[in-house]
Amino acid sequence: MVTLNEYLFLSALLFAIGLTGVMVRSNVIVIFMCLELMLSAANISLVAFSRFGAIDGVPIYSAQVLVFFIITVAAAEVAVGLAIIVAMYRARRTTDVGDMTTLKN
Amino acid sequence: MPPILFYLFATLAVLGALGVIVNRNPVSSAFSLIACFVSIAALFVGLNAYFIGTIQVLVYTGAIMVLFLFIIMLLDLRAEERRPMNFGAAFAGVLAGITFIGMAAGVLAQFPEGRKTMPELAETGASDVHALGHVIFTEFNFPLQIIAVLLVAATIGVVVLCKKELH
Repeated sequence: MVTLNEYLFLSALLFAIGLTGVMVRSNVIVIFMCLELMLSAANISLVAFSRFGAIDGVPIYSAQVLVFFIITVAAAEVAVGLAIIVAMYRARRTTDVGDMTTLKN
Repeated sequence: MPPILFYLFATLAVLGALGVIVNRNPVSSAFSLIACFVSIAALFVGLNAYFIGTIQVLVYTGAIMVLFLFIIMLLDLRAEERRPMNFGAAFAGVLAGITFIGMAAGVLAQFPEGRKTMPELAETGASDVHALGHVIFTEFNFPLQIIAVLLVAATIGVVVLCKKELH
């Protein structure tokens, strides 16, 4: 049977892949997608704990409520972030992170 | 959930995630991420979290990824042209990922509670939506109201950010 450690390792693996994507890719939309991947990986961890920590046959629903809130906040964050990206694209005509150098030097 | 299904969906999720960071074309990355999210939703259903699994498909895949695809289409992004690879950033990124995995594996190896298997669930007539709704509206009522205000703020922010100036 599948143990809790395997779900947690899967969550850590997906989080690490998302982290690598954020640091390696230079297209700002792909960076944003890797951010969503990291949030989803955390959700896996929460739902696994919710199920495996079931007390008297009842799952811990607080963890699933937290997942619900995380998904909601992620949706709001994606909306605002993509609006910022669109505004940036209108100003600079580029979606490459290396071209956004206003804060440099 | 039979272990074979767990390993199948876990492999699909990891392949989808790798597809996001490897693909040159942003549309291919978006579709890989959709595959990853659907596999994660399957894992949620296998963990008896039926409401969260449905919400994952509806909101994450059905709304957020569709929004991403709309924006990619709107900005008319092509595949990234071959920039000179920033070896420093690539090396740092891969190193950070591997270090994190190593640390997580080290922590999990010393987590004896993690070796147990799923406990059996009690057979109740109520679905988990019922129980989840009860918990949200009683114990987590205040955060729910704050989330509602957050959504209104996000909507207003998006409209303000995307308005064109009218002279």
